[in-house]
Amino acid sequence: MTKDTLLLSFIVLLIPMASFLINIFFGNKLGRKSGIVGTFILGIDLALAIVAAYNKLFVFSEEPVIQTRIEWFNLGTVNFDIGIGIDNIATIMLVVVTLISFLVHLFSTVYMKGDRRYPTYFAYLGLFTFSMLGIVITNNFLLMYIFWELVGISSYLLIGFWYEKGSAANAGKKAFITNRIGDLGFFIGIMILFFTYNSFMFDDIFSGIASGKMPFNNPTMLTVTGICIFMGAIGKSAQFPLHVWLPDAMEGPTPVSALIHAATMVAAGVYLVTKVFVMFTADALTFIALTGAITAFMSASIALVQRDFKKILAFSTISQLGYMIMSLGVGGYTNGFFHLVTHAWFKAALFLTAGSVIYAMHESIHHKNDHHTDAQDIYNMGGLRKTMPWTYLTFMIATFALSGIPFTSGFLSKDGILAGTLAYANLTGGWHWVIPVLGYLAAGMTAFYMFRLTILAFHGEHKTEIARNTKENKLPILFPLVLLACLSFWFVYSSNPFEASEGWFQEKVVQPVSVVPETSQWKFLLPEMAEGQAHNQGDNPENSDVVQASPENTYLNRFHEESHHFHYLAMGISLFMAALGIMLAFMMYKFKIINAGKLEVRFKFLHSFLYNRWYFDELYQATAIVGTLALSKSLSWFDTYIVDGLVNLSSYIIRFVSRLTGLFDNYVIDGAVNMASTFTGYCGSKIRKLQTGKVQAYIVFMLLGILTMIYFFV
Amino acid sequence: MQGAINFPILTLITFLPALGILIILLIPSGKDKEAIDLSKKTIKWVSLGITFIQLILAAIIYVFYNSAKTGINDINTFQFVEKVNWIHANLPLIGNIDIDYFLGIDGISVPMLLLTTIICFVAILPSFKITKAVKGYFAMYLLLDLGMVGVFCALDFFLFYVFWELMLLPMYFLIGIWGGPRKEYAAIKFFIYTLVGSVLMLLVMIGLFQSVGTFNILDMMDPANFKAGAILSGSATTLRYAAFLALFIGFAIKVPLFPFHTWLPDAHVEAPTPISVILAGVLLKMGAYGMIRIAFPIFPEAFGYFQSLIAWIGMISILYGALCALGQHRVGKRDLKKLIAYSSISHMGLVMLGLSSMRPEGMVGAIFQMFNHGTITAMLFMIVGVIYDRAHTRGLDDFGGLAKKMPVYTGIMAIAFFAAIGLPGLSGFISEVLVFLGAFKTFPVLTAVSVLSIILGAGYMLWALQKIFFGELPNKWKGPWDPTGIEYKTDDINGLELTALIPLAVIIIFLGIYPNPMIDLISGSVNHFIDLMKPFVFIGGL
Amino acid sequence: MHIGLVHYLVVSALLFSMGLFAIISRKHAILVLMGIELVLNAANINFIAFAKYGGMNIEGHVAAIFVIILAATEAAIALAIILNIYQHFRHVNVDEVDDLKE
Repeated sequence: MTKDTLLLSFIVLLIPMASFLINIFFGNKLGRKSGIVGTFILGIDLALAIVAAYNKLFVFSEEPVIQTRIEWFNLGTVNFDIGIGIDNIATIMLVVVTLISFLVHLFSTVYMKGDRRYPTYFAYLGLFTFSMLGIVITNNFLLMYIFWELVGISSYLLIGFWYEKGSAANAGKKAFITNRIGDLGFFIGIMILFFTYNSFMFDDIFSGIASGKMPFNNPTMLTVTGICIFMGAIGKSAQFPLHVWLPDAMEGPTPVSALIHAATMVAAGVYLVTKVFVMFTADALTFIALTGAITAFMSASIALVQRDFKKILAFSTISQLGYMIMSLGVGGYTNGFFHLVTHAWFKAALFLTAGSVIYAMHESIHHKNDHHTDAQDIYNMGGLRKTMPWTYLTFMIATFALSGIPFTSGFLSKDGILAGTLAYANLTGGWHWVIPVLGYLAAGMTAFYMFRLTILAFHGEHKTEIARNTKENKLPILFPLVLLACLSFWFVYSSNPFEASEGWFQEKVVQPVSVVPETSQWKFLLPEMAEGQAHNQGDNPENSDVVQASPENTYLNRFHEESHHFHYLAMGISLFMAALGIMLAFMMYKFKIINAGKLEVRFKFLHSFLYNRWYFDELYQATAIVGTLALSKSLSWFDTYIVDGLVNLSSYIIRFVSRLTGLFDNYVIDGAVNMASTFTGYCGSKIRKLQTGKVQAYIVFMLLGILTMIYFFV
Repeated sequence: MQGAINFPILTLITFLPALGILIILLIPSGKDKEAIDLSKKTIKWVSLGITFIQLILAAIIYVFYNSAKTGINDINTFQFVEKVNWIHANLPLIGNIDIDYFLGIDGISVPMLLLTTIICFVAILPSFKITKAVKGYFAMYLLLDLGMVGVFCALDFFLFYVFWELMLLPMYFLIGIWGGPRKEYAAIKFFIYTLVGSVLMLLVMIGLFQSVGTFNILDMMDPANFKAGAILSGSATTLRYAAFLALFIGFAIKVPLFPFHTWLPDAHVEAPTPISVILAGVLLKMGAYGMIRIAFPIFPEAFGYFQSLIAWIGMISILYGALCALGQHRVGKRDLKKLIAYSSISHMGLVMLGLSSMRPEGMVGAIFQMFNHGTITAMLFMIVGVIYDRAHTRGLDDFGGLAKKMPVYTGIMAIAFFAAIGLPGLSGFISEVLVFLGAFKTFPVLTAVSVLSIILGAGYMLWALQKIFFGELPNKWKGPWDPTGIEYKTDDINGLELTALIPLAVIIIFLGIYPNPMIDLISGSVNHFIDLMKPFVFIGGL
Repeated sequence: MHIGLVHYLVVSALLFSMGLFAIISRKHAILVLMGIELVLNAANINFIAFAKYGGMNIEGHVAAIFVIILAATEAAIALAIILNIYQHFRHVNVDEVDDLKE
């Protein structure tokens, strides 16, 4: 039953929430057991996710998407519908997320064992997984945005997990706020879509676009909307120019970095672009491709010179995310998503090995009672190959995959991406050639910095005593590493190590047909009307469903055909670039043919430019942050002294006027009154002299009076 | 189930506090220490009991309320209506004066009624810490309660005005006597500001009475009731615009909207915790409520004329409040209460933006936001009160690393803070999204700019969270709050405080996941309201 | 010499003037009282004279008797007042009894 599968995936979504609730409310009772409980719950979740994915991919494969919608609430005239839906990419992501989350849980049971807030940590991991799974199985923008924000907040909690450290608290805040900047665009995009189509459901919106209804009746606005939506991905997937939060996010515990970088959070952005791929116009796609290419190149160049183990991996993540975005931007839907999955495994492996190394270094530091050595600086490591062989082995496999060496999964996906960029550039021409050029440069640099890292950290002599005393870790740490390394081989995806399209993955993840009107879309992304298919599709040209095409005799569209032509050329250049990078790395750090130190001095400006990450943090500090703070400061001043000042001034004026009237009242009005009484009193006091009180005097006066009256009247 | 209640429940819920005041005043103060303590205790529990009964009455009203009846301008669709002639006089020169005791509620007043009773109930609990002039405090508190409930039930302008003024006086004393160091300044500022608003309202009220011949708000909504040639009759006359503006400013002072907002930070900072809770939780909503109940429907064409101005004011308040909250720490002492006060301005600006949109999403969102802001801000202020009671300071710079000392408290605070920045799953998110979605349909550009507030909001809230809870604990707080252990047995939040906070947290989470109970309540009336306003307003759209 | 109305009136006027003089000039309250008696008796002479020569007839006599009765009561009351004054001031000097001034 399709409904059962959907229900199953819904349960997959809810289970991590249960883990969160159990650990947050009963964590203190569980104590150290909370890690095991969390891991166990995620194990169940993983099993269910695999069942759901199997059902969708192989049992109900003919249905493009199994979904449901319910009314969340309605306002009488406007409905707010939400729902969940699983298509092929969603179920694959379900497995990716739950598997990596499970491995991270397992890894953390050892890695975090000394932490005071052990249960809280597992609770947050549960919340994080829940939020990411929510993004995966949603089929509408509203839920997407909700889980999007939840991912933001859980990343905030986890990155700032060690909040006693100011830098960790800052990093969490920075991640959240930088993401919110992207969310701003995302939300505006959602508002435009809701305004135009009165729905959040992907189906409604896509069919609305296909029927020719445009936001603000203007096809350009569709591009703008697409870019707005993509801004969400820029924030979450750490694309240029909002990539600055990701390196700082390394402040979180290392397993969290693995989770963020491989399965949750950064994958969300790419997943979003994949999910709504069909609504991007040609211009929006160009924007996306360019953003991805710039990101890939920029962060690869930064990674060349970093010293911190985790920072190098962080920039490599940004760079690889750039690849995915670039691939989606040039129209390589399948390869973009393919790289998301392959990258998830080997990047998780790399971060967990980094965790393993750092854990061992910390143990050693603890043992030595040395508090000055930086456990994450690769110049303090060296020779770990001997002390930590399993870690080294898994690290090497993941490094091969990341560098795009044949027989790894990374080779398959990266090759497909680069072929896609060549095809794209060939089809569009002009300045679009920048994109493959940046892509290939990044590929070369990737190989270089990964081998630099390997050589400095694992090869050679022990650079410090600390490194000498490191020990290989226990099974809960090693098991995830080995499993992830195994998943980084080609055979997981395709029987042919040089041809991804022969594998199950490419068969299941087929590029959907764009719903954007032809006038706003690349010609080469529109379906080619083969004789047999013309009839099928002619009936319903705006059909957004996945179009199944058999790869042997026909291509989905011209882009597909072109990529296929470029396949071997792309592979050749890619191998050449990787080999060049590796060779340079060996020459500089292993055989010391080129003196890295001298080079650094020679190109001091370039080095510090790269080392300081192209000065983006400083730039933002100087402009956005200082600007906002200055604005808020001046507004606050304005509020206190001008607005409130006016209020106080008016009260002052009124008080002043009232004082004046008070004076007037006292001296003029009351003065007049007093004067009248004073005058009367004065007269009285004069006249009263006559009042002697002597009766005889009164009689005399009376007599005089009578005489006077007699004189006058008689 | 309407009609099941035949007794005058609105009168009961409104005047129940009066009974409480009477009881409190009759409780003897006592002579010796024991008797005094007993009397104080009785006063507190009587007040708690009264507000609790009020809460239950509100719940009964909610249960028996029929959301199919929409109210707004038709007395027949109002519920629990009580209409009795109150003052009847035949005066020379003026003529007949008929003032009705006219109570009734619809979908706009019910959420406010619920909010008021909830807030009044929970704010009693932090009031238990009051030691100064207990009898006076609780009598004033209940009088305030009476005024607030009355405002939300009254449908006669005169009665509305009486309740409006009735609530002003206790507020003045509650801030002025039980407040902080600058309490006199804050109290008088609040009083005079509000009085200015009241005067404007009074003027318009008299003008309307002259024109309609009654104080009935519902009658004033029908242009046919205006006497020919009276000062406010006709449509779109200058006088009507002026009257609308006067009413609008009168209510805007209460909301408060930029530039009439400066009483709020002072009043919040100086008021004692429970009064800040009521101030932010209920009083601010009255301004917006007054606009929906009186200003907009009586002068629809004037609202249409000033609609974009109102939206602009809403947008400016949103951004201005947020920026001031972010920047307030630069001027004077960085005060947590001030931060929340400015965030209130920002959030109430959101309400204004939603109301100006005249879209179901925007208006339902705005009214829902009024409710949510009430609960969320109440929670925030109580949380500040908890820390203030212990540390006797609210300065943001005085803290740090409290998460270690007070983990449960930190968790509660995080819920409130995240709700204030609109985190999904908490009620603030839904109302915020609704307001933005609705406002975007009418004013796309203004709304797109207003959305910036989600970044600024996250900025100041997380900054404050970090200042207080993260980092290292300053040395002066390393020890227990209360070394004697008499007042606070543990360092973390105590049971009484949790009792006040948890109901609010539950409401916030519940409505964040399942907002239907509240939205169903509001949406019928709002749709009716919009139908009334539609001929006069701009609603944009494609 | 025929004694006519004019004579009576002259005697009465003299008597009145002496009485008035006594009232105004005497310091002692008893003497003032005696002056009043003189004035009253002057009036009595006038009444009787007018009864005999004028048209007053019996009314003049009645008025005279009234005045005598009045003078008797007045003397009684006045003496009582003087006694009270004496008790209060320890003298009966009317010049110094000026408390009314205050």
